[in-house]
Amino acid sequence: MTKRDYSLLGPDAALAVENGLAAADWYHTDIPRQQMKALMKREDQPAIRDTLILFSAMFVFAAIGVALWPSWWSAPFWLAYGVLYGSAMDSRWHECGHGTPFRTAKYNDWVYQIASFCMVRNPVTWRWSHARHHTDTVIVGRDPEIVAMRPPALFRIFLNFFGILDAFHGWQRMIVNASGKLETEEVTYIPQSEHYKVIRVARIWVVIYAGVIAIAVVLQSILPLMIIGLPRLYGAWHHVMTGILQHAGLADNVIDHRLNSRTVYMNPVSRFIYWNMNYHVEHHMFPMVPYHRLAELHELIKQDAPAANPSILQAYKEVWPILLRQLRYHDEFLTRDLPPTARPYRTDLHEGALGDTGARTTTPQAVPAE
Amino acid sequence: MANWIDACAAEDIDEEDVIRFDYDGRTFAIYRSPDNVYFCTDGLCTHEQIHLADGLVMDHTIECPKHNGQFDYRTGKAMRAPVCVNLGTYATKVEGDRVLIEI
Repeated sequence: MTKRDYSLLGPDAALAVENGLAAADWYHTDIPRQQMKALMKREDQPAIRDTLILFSAMFVFAAIGVALWPSWWSAPFWLAYGVLYGSAMDSRWHECGHGTPFRTAKYNDWVYQIASFCMVRNPVTWRWSHARHHTDTVIVGRDPEIVAMRPPALFRIFLNFFGILDAFHGWQRMIVNASGKLETEEVTYIPQSEHYKVIRVARIWVVIYAGVIAIAVVLQSILPLMIIGLPRLYGAWHHVMTGILQHAGLADNVIDHRLNSRTVYMNPVSRFIYWNMNYHVEHHMFPMVPYHRLAELHELIKQDAPAANPSILQAYKEVWPILLRQLRYHDEFLTRDLPPTARPYRTDLHEGALGDTGARTTTPQAVPAE
Repeated sequence: MANWIDACAAEDIDEEDVIRFDYDGRTFAIYRSPDNVYFCTDGLCTHEQIHLADGLVMDHTIECPKHNGQFDYRTGKAMRAPVCVNLGTYATKVEGDRVLIEI
């Protein structure tokens, strides 16, 4: 059984480079250039519409929450506001970080800054972190954004449904950065020329949080924190619920997104909150395609990819057994069957990386019982 | 001394698009702008060596297909993280229906 070291500074990081898994040439489904250009084409209208809906809903829910405060009748409105703040902002952070939702660059930047603040993710640090995630998706020792490691830290994941570790780590990093320092791992993927920006943003955020806390103290009420800060905790569950499904239980150390990413069909509300990142194979294979074209891209490449999971519930039924097995058998992972129309999985570097230790499970039904 | 290389036919590139051109072990990206002017840069993104010819041309920028970094392909200037290092640029000219680049 292979023991994995997820540190970006550890032996697996060096091994990934040695095995050719770092910055490798990944598999892509062939799509004619004209079709790809059409899918990549940028426009402002869909994202402006969605952003207006999002911010309007946040304003209305928060206003009703404040009006009904401190009655328990305000709770549903805080929960709705929280999901938009602590989860929808995750997908806005993600998409606008790619710069794809809006054609107008400054619109992407504005929403990215707001969403980064809500998610307590330094917008400079996380732009580089996420670039690495796309270069080396689920490559152990290279990808700083692996959620379900092996063995999966299930209690940590559970706590993050309430933002308890991620958000507090974000606030801790904010304090460290505001003091003029970067964490050791941050230095490995953020160029020196960008360090001052990390520190500047952190200092601005400290001032904002200090202001909110000061207002709360003056008012002798947590109400200001219900609007700014706490929704990162009480509204985090949706983005964790959907985010786990992106890669959990699938292969690591491979260079074919069909092996390590999962597309899940979701209800329209979750798709709005998640901004269509349920099409995750498609997003990783072609990160240039805006969220509002991913459903079309899915139709175009689905003959070359494993079948999408039909629902969130079904996807969890697939993921949960393999996560439990990975607690004891770290090399277990799920390989979904490809349709007959698909090109075979690209396993060249994958075999080299795992050697003889690569245990695999083909299809959810084939997961052996304990 | 200028070394002009015949790279492609002018019509090989759509308006507001890019193609890849490999020559002598090197790779280049040749662009046709919306106003019908041709430009040439290094073919690989300075961030992680991805072919820019698979990216998206918008007005006068080229966006890398892997991490969405952007360059102004007229000057090679890095416009948007994660790209920080500028692209090399090369002079172009059109003779007849051919695009030539100066290497």
